[in-house]
Amino acid sequence: MTLTADETADYRCIAGMIIPASEKYAVPGADDDLIFADIIKSIGRDEADVKTALAKARSLAGGPLSALDAASRDSVADRLRAEGGNPVAILTRIVLLCYYRDDRVMISLGLEPRPPFPKGHVLEQGDWSLLDPVKARKPFWRQVP
Amino acid sequence: MLEKVDVLIIGSGASGAAVAWSLAETKMRILCLEQGDWMKQSDYPTNGRDYEARLYSDYATSPNIRRRDSDYPINDDNSPIKVVNFNAVGGSTVMYTAHYPRLHPSDFRVKTLDGVADDWPVDYATLEPFFAENDRMMGVSGLAGDPAYPSHALPMPPLPLGKSGTKIAETMNKLGWHWWPSDTTLATTEYDGRAPCINLGHCTPACAQGAKASTDITYWPHAIRAGVELRTNCRVREITTGPDGMATGVIYYDKDGAEQFQPAEVVIMACNGVGTPRLLLNSKSAAHPDGLANSSGLVGKNLMFHPWATVYGYVDEPMDGHRGPPLCIWSQEFYETDPARGYVRGHNFQFNRGIGVGTEAVALEAIGLAPWGRDHHDAFRALSGHRMSVGMCTEDLPEEHNRVTLDPVLKDRHGIPAPRIDYTISDNTNRMLDFGIARAKDILAAAGARHVHTIRPVAYGGWHLLGTARMGTDPTRSVVNEWGRCHDVKNLFIVDGSIFVTSGGVNPTSTIQALALYIADSIKQRLATLFD
Repeated sequence: MTLTADETADYRCIAGMIIPASEKYAVPGADDDLIFADIIKSIGRDEADVKTALAKARSLAGGPLSALDAASRDSVADRLRAEGGNPVAILTRIVLLCYYRDDRVMISLGLEPRPPFPKGHVLEQGDWSLLDPVKARKPFWRQVP
Repeated sequence: MLEKVDVLIIGSGASGAAVAWSLAETKMRILCLEQGDWMKQSDYPTNGRDYEARLYSDYATSPNIRRRDSDYPINDDNSPIKVVNFNAVGGSTVMYTAHYPRLHPSDFRVKTLDGVADDWPVDYATLEPFFAENDRMMGVSGLAGDPAYPSHALPMPPLPLGKSGTKIAETMNKLGWHWWPSDTTLATTEYDGRAPCINLGHCTPACAQGAKASTDITYWPHAIRAGVELRTNCRVREITTGPDGMATGVIYYDKDGAEQFQPAEVVIMACNGVGTPRLLLNSKSAAHPDGLANSSGLVGKNLMFHPWATVYGYVDEPMDGHRGPPLCIWSQEFYETDPARGYVRGHNFQFNRGIGVGTEAVALEAIGLAPWGRDHHDAFRALSGHRMSVGMCTEDLPEEHNRVTLDPVLKDRHGIPAPRIDYTISDNTNRMLDFGIARAKDILAAAGARHVHTIRPVAYGGWHLLGTARMGTDPTRSVVNEWGRCHDVKNLFIVDGSIFVTSGGVNPTSTIQALALYIADSIKQRLATLFD
């Protein structure tokens, strides 16, 4: 089972509705070629829920989402979020997780575009003198007879 | 028929590994059957860019979502808290956050102190040397001197405070409330072949660095070198008994799906608080029509979870986010009973550093703080990396209606009946949650956090599976005796969280393993009279 051409087109439209491109931050939208390819590749075991969500979207739109004007799309988006339940949450989660691992987006956020391993991250020790007032407390664990 | 072994252990997780290692010095022939396989650190999520997404697929915490071949389904529809676990060599220590406190002395005496539930047949002092031995084997980091605990030394220094810990510590000091660096099994130095933590920031679904102690890299290498056999991809269907009522061995499905009978002199169950009652109930026979070791009728009953709440908000200062282990510092200010609060027993607070950007986007979108459309970017960037999170772990008291039974329909891939969970959160715990959530909001308010949000209970928070084959000296009110031997079957032992009498209000892995070492020691002390 894979998405049909109509479903794929609607999903791409929804991805762009969730996260549009931003000139301010110089980042693409989630309907960008590379990001959307990652989204499609990542559907995996969630395909049935994604199809359910897309069917709901098409029902609310009365046809292809791409045929709607911006105001109508926003209206569909509001109802989709309100009425779509878990399938829409899953469809949205796939978009967000793919978007926020794209190199361009990560760099824009000031993050290195890499997996955590093997480089890891640096965590400063912090100010351990903050613990002094706690150390000064008398033991308060409950004594047992 | 396979060759008989002296000791057969079912399950290779926290307790199975500990008991195997401890018994190895006896030079008995010891075999462990594990339904999963060895994991490979090179396959763990943080090796890849999709590491956050894998929390929703092959590294989901729920076996019902993860659906690996090693998993079995669990019907937890009738529970607000879902069971989470992992099935592999190392069990759920592969997939846990590595918070490693001990139960307190008072936790073993709740009947005496507070008039509820039952006292344990063992106490903190009895377990203390086994806590220490286990800390050494697992490799624990932390700081001695906590006024909320009896003094105990720790092999490694604590995790750094970082930005998050510093901010939370300042806030707790402002309120005058206790905090302390968490005891964890994250190595902060090189330790017994493990590399130190490098802050991958995604500890729960397995550690690619190997800094997190899971028993596949702590106990098992030592146990195997000492002669213990670990047989993987072997799912036990039932424990068999002879005409004398003693366990004779187990029937299991091997890696090829073939049914095998493995005879044994002694059987030790280490399958967790859901897997153990499931197996006992699946081992019913004409001689044991209600399941094995169940003359008390308590197998599967008194399930305890530690209902969890999380309260989080967003502060102005940047926090650590995904740049460090979720574990940081914790508080036991409200751990011990204070009748003025309107409930008995208590809870701890665990402060988490933050989450990855993808997971944060999902969380913010779900509660409407990262809207769809052109406002998404500004909203997300204002809050990402600023999360301050207070987790609350409550003590769950035993109630017989909270239970594990066998589902009449659901089965695993071998056709073995699956467990069913029926569970409700008690009035006492609900009052505790009310109080703790209010205090968590006090903390966030004192820190200047905005957009405060509460999750109550954390649905996929059923990590701690306790109480379903409880310890006790009275065979009519308990399943195992004070050293882990089943009252009904004198060569059958249970060493996992099932035997907890009460839950305490802290993560239980340290205590589960200390109990397993204590039971192993009890077995070694009694070898000549073990079945008397």
